[in-house]
Amino acid sequence: MEWRDLLAFQNRRCFLQHTAGGLGSIALSQLLADTTSAAVASPLAPRPPHFKPRAKNVIFIFMSGAPSQYDLYLPRPEMQRLHRQPVPGSFLLNLNDALIKGSAQVFASPRKFSKHGECGMDFSDYVPHLATCADEFCMVRSLHTDVSNHHPAQLIMNCGVPLFGHPSMGSWVTYGLGSEANDLPGYVVLLSNSGEGVDGGSSLWNNGFLPSEYRGVNFRSKGDPILHLTSPPGTSRRAQRSRLDAIRTLNELRLQDTGNSEIESRIAAYELAYRMQAAAPELVDLSDETRTTRQMYGIDHETTEPFGTNCLLARRMVERGVRFVQLYHSTWDDHSNLNTKLKKNCDMTDQPAAALIKDLKQRGLLDETLVIWGGEFGRTPMNEVRRGNTPGKEGRDHHPFAFTMLLAGGGIKGGQMVGETDELGYHPIKDPIHVHDLQATILHCLGMDHQLLTFRHQGRDFRLTDVGGNVVQKLLV
Amino acid sequence: MMRVFDHTTTIALAMMFLAAVASRGDEPHWAYQPIVRPALPWVENPESCAAPIDCFIAKRLEAEGVHTADEADRVTLIRRVSLDVIGLPPTPEEVREFVNDDRPGAYERVVDRLLASPHYGEHGARPWLDLCHYADTDGYLTDQTRPVAWRYRAWLVDALNAGMSFDQFTIEQLAGDLLPDATARQKLATGFLRQTLSNREGGADPVEFRVKQVLDRTSMVGEIWMGLTVGCAQCHDHKFDEISQQEFYELYAFLDAAEEINIDAPLPSEREPYEAALPEYHRQRQELLAPLAVEINELQRRWEEKILAARDNPGEDWYWDRQWELVGLVWGGGLGEGQLEGWQIVMLDPAKRSQLQKDRLLDYFVPKADTVDAAKAKELKLGELNAELRKLQASLPKVTRAPTMMQTQNPHTTFVHLAGDFRDRGDDVLPDTLDVLPALKEERRDRLALAQWLVSPEHPLTARVAVNRMWQQFFGRGIVATAGDFGVRGTPPTHPDLLDWLATEFLRSGWDVKGLQRLIVTSATYRQSSHLAPRDAPHAKDLTLEKAVAIQTSRQAGSSRGARWLLSKQTPLRLSAEQIRDATLLTSGLWDSRVGGPSVRPPQPASVSEEGYGNTWEASAGGDRYRRGLYTWVQRTSPFAMHITFDAPNPNHICTRRDRSNTPLQALTLLNDPVFHEAAAALAQRVQREVDGDDQQRITHAFRLCLARDPKPEELAVLRGLLQQLRDDPELNTPATGTDSSDPAPAADPAWTMLCSVLFNLHEFVTRN
Repeated sequence: MEWRDLLAFQNRRCFLQHTAGGLGSIALSQLLADTTSAAVASPLAPRPPHFKPRAKNVIFIFMSGAPSQYDLYLPRPEMQRLHRQPVPGSFLLNLNDALIKGSAQVFASPRKFSKHGECGMDFSDYVPHLATCADEFCMVRSLHTDVSNHHPAQLIMNCGVPLFGHPSMGSWVTYGLGSEANDLPGYVVLLSNSGEGVDGGSSLWNNGFLPSEYRGVNFRSKGDPILHLTSPPGTSRRAQRSRLDAIRTLNELRLQDTGNSEIESRIAAYELAYRMQAAAPELVDLSDETRTTRQMYGIDHETTEPFGTNCLLARRMVERGVRFVQLYHSTWDDHSNLNTKLKKNCDMTDQPAAALIKDLKQRGLLDETLVIWGGEFGRTPMNEVRRGNTPGKEGRDHHPFAFTMLLAGGGIKGGQMVGETDELGYHPIKDPIHVHDLQATILHCLGMDHQLLTFRHQGRDFRLTDVGGNVVQKLLV
Repeated sequence: MMRVFDHTTTIALAMMFLAAVASRGDEPHWAYQPIVRPALPWVENPESCAAPIDCFIAKRLEAEGVHTADEADRVTLIRRVSLDVIGLPPTPEEVREFVNDDRPGAYERVVDRLLASPHYGEHGARPWLDLCHYADTDGYLTDQTRPVAWRYRAWLVDALNAGMSFDQFTIEQLAGDLLPDATARQKLATGFLRQTLSNREGGADPVEFRVKQVLDRTSMVGEIWMGLTVGCAQCHDHKFDEISQQEFYELYAFLDAAEEINIDAPLPSEREPYEAALPEYHRQRQELLAPLAVEINELQRRWEEKILAARDNPGEDWYWDRQWELVGLVWGGGLGEGQLEGWQIVMLDPAKRSQLQKDRLLDYFVPKADTVDAAKAKELKLGELNAELRKLQASLPKVTRAPTMMQTQNPHTTFVHLAGDFRDRGDDVLPDTLDVLPALKEERRDRLALAQWLVSPEHPLTARVAVNRMWQQFFGRGIVATAGDFGVRGTPPTHPDLLDWLATEFLRSGWDVKGLQRLIVTSATYRQSSHLAPRDAPHAKDLTLEKAVAIQTSRQAGSSRGARWLLSKQTPLRLSAEQIRDATLLTSGLWDSRVGGPSVRPPQPASVSEEGYGNTWEASAGGDRYRRGLYTWVQRTSPFAMHITFDAPNPNHICTRRDRSNTPLQALTLLNDPVFHEAAAALAQRVQREVDGDDQQRITHAFRLCLARDPKPEELAVLRGLLQQLRDDPELNTPATGTDSSDPAPAADPAWTMLCSVLFNLHEFVTRN
C-alpha cells in the first residue's frame, strides 16, 4: 500500500464528506488529478480520536536506566530482616533468570520512608517534592516487562516490542491524533542526564514503519533547540525572508510548469520551517516566566536547571498544543554506589518534576495532560553481585518482574496505589500490569482503542501493544 | 515477534488470515511458481517501444486506454540517469556534450559511461547497506566502535564496480569463506553477515544476543533474497505464508553454524612490511614467553577449568560466573572483533587450537592471570610481561583487519526456540530450506549450499526479488510494491509478465546486474517525461463524486486508468539523503571524490552524538569533511542527523525501501546547516571564479551547475531581484565563512552565497524528474 497516497486520499475524502456541494467540484478535481491536486492535508493535522478522550496531551518523563523502586517508592520491612542474607529459595521457584546468582544478598534500603497526602502514599526521603503531589499520583507498583537489558526493555516500553523498526508511542499517538500545534512538531523529545546519554539513543523516538513525519523531534538544550533552526551567521530575518521568498517563487514557477503536487508540500514545509524559526525560540525563551515559576522549577539553580528547564518547556509545549512530549533523564542505572548516584539524580529531578505537576494543576492543564514518570524496569531487592558485597558500595541489578511508576493527570485517578507485590517486592501478587496494559491505558486516556490504532506493514496490522494489552480500569477516574 | 499469537489473537487478524487462505485456493501463490519466460505481448503501436520492457508496459496501458508520455528532454534525461546510476548529477560539460551529440546512440553512450564509472559502485552499494543495516558501531547501550566495518563496504563497492554477477555476489556474501581455497577478498564479502548488532552491556547474556544475531541473519536471507518475511515465523508458524516455525529454524540452522571472526586483511600498501616483520615478531614473542611457558600454561589451564565450570554450573560462584561472562562480553570490544571468538577458543580442545588461536587467548589471559592466582601472577611478573607483549605488538607494522564469518569449530545442535525465546527448547532441527520451494538437492548442508540453492535457476524467488529491487531503484516503486514481501500478503505485481520476463532475462544473462540495469534505463518507459500527457488529464466536470471515489480507490490497487504505477509517465523522486549531500558537494566544488576507505565524520552539532549513551563525534579534517554520504560514520544509537532528517533508515533494522518524506526539518537543514551554508559559499566563489561576466551570466552558470538546465527569463528575474535586495540589505554584511575555521580561503560574497543557497533549496534540486 502506498501510504502517502492513502493518507492523502483519506484526508481528501474526509474533506469531501465535510464539505458542501459547492466545494465538491473543486475537491473532485483534486481527487482525480495526481498532478494537479491542491496542498494535501498535513500528516500532522488534528484527527478525531475513537471516543471521547480524557487527556489531550502526554508528558512522559522517562527515567532511563531504571530507577530503584526500593529506594524511592516501595518500603519493604521484610528486607530489613533479611538484610545481607541470600534471597529465600521460595522467591526463586521456576525462575530462569540471569540476575539471580547464588551469592546474591538482600540489600535493605537505607532510605527513610514516610506516608504522604490524604491517601498515605509512600515516598522516601530522596523524593520529598514528588511526595507533596501524593494525592495527584496513581502509584503503580506491579508493572512487569519481558526483558532485563536496557535497550531492549526501553524499546518495549516505548515501542511495544524489544525489536528495532517499530514506531514509538509518541509516533503512534501523533499518527492517531495528529497535533494541535501549528508551528511546532507534534512529538518532541527533551534530553537531560547526570553524565551519560540515553541507552537506546534515537531508536527510542523513531517512527519505525510509520511515515517519517511521526518521528520524535529532539529539542536540544545546547545550541539550537531544533537542529539548524538559526539562520547562518550574518543573516538578518529580512534576508532570510528574501531567501525564502525567492525559493517560494521559483518553486511556484516550477509547479506551474510541471504540476507536481509534491512542490506544494515543499512550499508548505518551508513556510512551516520559517514559522518554527520564530515559534521555537519564543517557546524556549523563558524570560516571560515569573520569578516564582522559575524558582519552582529550579531553573536558576545549577543542579535542577537542566531537567527543570525541560519540565518547564514541556508545560509550554502542551500549552501550545504539542501532542506528545517525552523527557529522557539518564542514567538511573545504579549497579553500584546506589546511595550517592541515586541521590544525584533525585536532586536533579525531584523538585522540577513536582513543580510540573503543580504548575499544570494551577493552570488547569493537568486534567487534559497525562503525566507519566518511570523507567524501563525496576531494580533487584538484592545487592548487585557482579561487583561484590562491599558495604557502602552497594547497587542493584535489573529487575523486570515488578517495578513502580507514577501516573497523574488526564483520566488518571490520583491518590491511590495500585498493585501489590510480595514482601520482597520480587513479584506482583495482586493486579499485575504488563507494559502493554500500561500502553493500552495511556491510549485509552487519549480516546483511542489500542486494538484499533493499527498500521499495515509486511502484510499485518501492527499496533503499539503487539498482541497484548488490556486497559486497566483501576487506574482511571 | 517475541510472543505467541495465542488467545489474544485479534479477530481482525483471524479475518486477515482467513482471507489469505481463501485467496490461496488450490493454486500455489504466484511467487512460488516457477519462472516461465512470457512471450512478448502484441501491441498496437510497436514503434513506441524501444525495448521489450516497453511492450509489456504499453500492453497494459492500451488495455486501460492510456497513452505513454513523450520522451523527456535531454537535459532532464541525463540528470535523471546520472542520479539514478551513479547517484550524482551531471556536470555542465557532460550535459552539453550529450545535448550536442547528434549521432545515434548518444543516450546509450551516456549510460555506458555511467555504468563504467567508479562512482557507480558507490551508489549501488547504498541499497545493500540499507538491506544489511550497515553501521560502524555495535549498537545497544555501549554502542562501541567497529573501526574496520568499512572493509565490507569497500568490498561491496568494488564488487559492484567490477560487475560481479549476482549469483557470485550472493555466494560470496553468504559463504565466501566456504568457497574452495577462499581468497581474503572472498572472505571479506561475508562482512555482509557481520552487520548484526552486538550487545556488550554488563549483564547482557551473550547467548541470548548471539541468538538475536542469528535470527537477524536468517530474516535477512529470507527478506533480501526471497522477499519473504520469514522472521514472522521465529515465534510461531507464519500467519499468512506457508512457513512453519520448524522450517524457520531449519533455515536458521545454516546460519547458526557460523561464527564471527576477524582476519588480518592487509591493504595493498600494508602487506609487504607486515609480512616482512612477522618472523622477527614471532621470534621476539617466543623469546618473551619461553622462560615462563610452563607456569603460564598451568595457570591458564586452571583459569580455563574455572570459567568452563562456571559456564556449566551458573549461579554457584558469582566471581567465576562473571569471569566467564566477561570473556563473552568484552572480547575485541572497541575493535569490532568477533565478540564470541574468545568463548569459541576456550571451548575448543587445546590440541585442536591453531597457533593464532593459542596466541590470541594467551594475550587475553595474561593480564587476567591474577584472577586465578594473584600471588603467582605477581611472582612471575605477568603484569610486566603483558606490557612487553603489548609493546611488541605495537611495534609490528600496521595491518588492517576485517570482519568475516567462519564455520563453527564447536558444532552444537540447533533447536526450535519456543515462542522465540532463546531458552525454551523445542525439537532439534537440521539445516534445510523451505518446503514450499524447490528442494535443496545437495548432500552438504552449510551456508555455501544455501547460497547456491538461492541462486539455482529453478528458485522462483531470488531472480524476481532482485530484479524487482532494481526496478524500484529506477521508478521509485517495484513491480511488486512491497519489495521485502512477495508472500501472500504482499502487494501483487502490477506487471506480472514483465517481472518474469526481467527475471528470465537476468538468469539468461548469467545474472548480469549492469546488463539488466542497462536494459531498464534504455527503455522508452524509463525515458518518458514525468509530466502527465495533457490528453490524459482527467475532466472533473464529467464525473460524479461516486465515480471519482471509485477511480481513486482502484488507483490505490494500481489497476485503473491513469494510475501512476502503470507507468504512463516517469515519477519525480526526491533524492536520498546521500544524494542531496553529494550533489551539494559536487556542485559547489568541495567534493573529495576518492573512492573507498574508512568512514569519516563530517561536521554536525555536538548535541547529535550526545543523544546516545557515551557517543562522541570529532569532525574529520581536510578532504574527509567532503566525502560522499556513503562514507559517513554510522553510529547506531545516534546516527548522522542530516541523513536521518532525509529518511536514511534506522541502522538497526533491515530496510528494503526508503521513505521519501517532506518535512520542515529538511527545510531547516538545507537553509541553515553550516555544511550546506559552506557549500553555498563555495559555489558562490566557484561561479565568480569561473565566469568572468555579469550577474546574468553567473546566475546562468550556477543554475546549470545545480539543475543542469538554463534558467528561464522569469527565473533569472527572480534571482537578479534577490541579488539586488540582498545587496541593499545593510545587515547582510558578515562574510560567510566555512565550517573549518582554519581554512584560509577568501570569504565569499554574502549576497551570492544566499543566492546559491536558494538554488540548493529548490524542490527541483532535491528531486530527480
